[in-house]
Amino acid sequence: MMVLDYACAFQDAGIAGHLVHRIAQAANNPIRIMEVCGTHTMALFRHGIRSLLPRTITMLSGPGCPVCVTEQTDIDRCIALARQKDVVVATFGDLMRVPGSTASLQMAKAAGADVRVVYSAMDAVNLARRQTGRIVAFLGIGFETTAPTVGGAILAAEQLDLPNFCVLSAHKTVPPALETLMAYPGTTIDGFLLPGHVSIISGVRAYRRWFGRCQIPSVVAGFEPIDLLQGILALVRQIQADAPALENAYGRAVTENGNTAAQEVLARVFEPVDARWRGMGTIANSGLAIRSAYARFDAARRFDLAVTPLPPTKGCICGDILTGVKTPRHCPLFGSTCTPATPVGPCMVSSEGTCAAYYSYHEQEGIRP
Amino acid sequence: MKNDSILLDHGSGGKMAHQLMHDLLLPLFRDPVLARLHDGALLETPQGRIAFSTDSFVVDPPFFPGGNIGDLAVNGTVNDLAMCGARPAFMSLGLILEEGLAIETLQCILISMAQALERSGTRLVTGDTKVVPRGTADKIFINTSGIGFVPPAAHISGDQARPGDCVILSGNMGDHGIAVLTQRQGLDFESDVISDTAPLHAMVQAILAAAPPVHVLRDPTRGGVATALNEIALQSGVGIEIDEHSLPVAPAVAGICEMLGLDPLHVANEGKLLCLVPEDHASNALAAIQRDPFGRAACIIGRVTGDHPGRVILSTRIGGRRIVDMLSGEQLPRIC
Repeated sequence: MMVLDYACAFQDAGIAGHLVHRIAQAANNPIRIMEVCGTHTMALFRHGIRSLLPRTITMLSGPGCPVCVTEQTDIDRCIALARQKDVVVATFGDLMRVPGSTASLQMAKAAGADVRVVYSAMDAVNLARRQTGRIVAFLGIGFETTAPTVGGAILAAEQLDLPNFCVLSAHKTVPPALETLMAYPGTTIDGFLLPGHVSIISGVRAYRRWFGRCQIPSVVAGFEPIDLLQGILALVRQIQADAPALENAYGRAVTENGNTAAQEVLARVFEPVDARWRGMGTIANSGLAIRSAYARFDAARRFDLAVTPLPPTKGCICGDILTGVKTPRHCPLFGSTCTPATPVGPCMVSSEGTCAAYYSYHEQEGIRP
Repeated sequence: MKNDSILLDHGSGGKMAHQLMHDLLLPLFRDPVLARLHDGALLETPQGRIAFSTDSFVVDPPFFPGGNIGDLAVNGTVNDLAMCGARPAFMSLGLILEEGLAIETLQCILISMAQALERSGTRLVTGDTKVVPRGTADKIFINTSGIGFVPPAAHISGDQARPGDCVILSGNMGDHGIAVLTQRQGLDFESDVISDTAPLHAMVQAILAAAPPVHVLRDPTRGGVATALNEIALQSGVGIEIDEHSLPVAPAVAGICEMLGLDPLHVANEGKLLCLVPEDHASNALAAIQRDPFGRAACIIGRVTGDHPGRVILSTRIGGRRIVDMLSGEQLPRIC
């Protein structure tokens, strides 16, 4: 199969070995690199890249897992929505097990709520067309990567004049979070591996302002092993030469201007608002709310979803993990109270969560070739 | 956040299922045979050893590319018996039907069952049918239990793996899980992936004849190859090393897994087995498996080691290493 052969070229052991060698040669001093994106975190583990990097390099996992940065209160609102009469909640599977204050969507479903897992927002639109008489509410949780598809679904629902479809938007955007990260107390980051998928949509230009202010080594990277190793090598060279630059090492997919059609959908349906990030507090203009022109598709406007904010679970250090101040190893709950079967925080349950990655790949054991 | 009800995860065959079994079931049903947690129970009788196994089938949809709930239910129990080294002999059938199910649909399923029984040389000797009101069960659920006879020389169990054993997988991973998944509402995949549901009793008898000291046989159903290998590593107190490069996956299955973020190591199979056999018998066992029509793509995927007991470690394509864990949540409910 051609597509697969193409991918295989980016998993070539010879090229990988060569890149690992060059990284080891270049990384003379201790270096702390943050991979912002949750998919990067998982790929680094899955391909065994962490086991190949020299001990001078520490990879920190950043706030790039949308489920992980969703506040407990927002999860509670999703559950409150699922418990409304005549509502079908449609969601990506990732969210099902994420703990709210007292329950998860999975538990709400076991108790009788109608919660369906879908693979795209358009699936939820089609569900609404079949479920006339009930309201289908899609849980919009994600970054620039998924938000345009949700915007597209709202536009499709408008065109179909669909009265029983709506979205609960808790979307977030990455660049504002990067600025907050730099100012977060206790964070020591020498360079950023910037997210590939987000950059396909936003383009490299979305980071220009942030980079201009921070002047920190930054490289956009893809997800295959060779992409990741190339990205890390570029970062190590910038860091060692003390020559910060905004580089694109994922040129086959990411352009300067990004996907402008997707950006237009985003701008048409959503508007920037301040948003709360789990463990990081409120970040100005980092959220996406549905514009008033599309109010009838906004679940937050259609339903009373007021929930009493409860304090987050004691001991969970999600915030410090998402910002790279600590790793799951520092968390007293990790692996004992908090496991994928009994998650305390979303980082343990999302398929892109840092704690889930550390847990399922047993990072604490430090397996090396 | 405390959970006090059964969740879909408890039926996954992964970690939550194990937890339920160890916390709730095993303390109440203390039996040394049950405690071995093999695919079937091995029982000593005056006439020799018999294997006894039971399995329930709730697959959604009941018809999928490559099979239906009927042949799946027969093959599932045939394979559970075969993994004990047994020749399947007798089977029971429990049907739970939803009011309103078309007789023609039921007939189709039963015809497949009859054909599958004939292929495996198993006799259906007892059965039961219940009908429940519409809406209280989904179309059809099936339970099958089976009895088989174990040849005196076979000593096969999940706790018999020894350092130095070769790990053979009888073919491509994940075909069944992906075939069922592509039929689900909302996933409009056009693919030619068909379920691998198949009886493995003949393959097992061929392995026993070609490589008598075989240590472990296991069919990697729910939870996939990763979960089965972890169970073996834990039960035998050994480590297992597998090589990503040698893991067989059909390109279409690999592509769909990549798109949906699934690991083929965690996807269900219904016609594959893992065979752990001492190295000097591995080539004989492999040849025997490859001669079987359901084992042509068989290959050696790894080795048993005395290091890191209880852990399965994968050497990645690019030469890295990582731990392969059991499936921890439900990947997809009602896969079998």
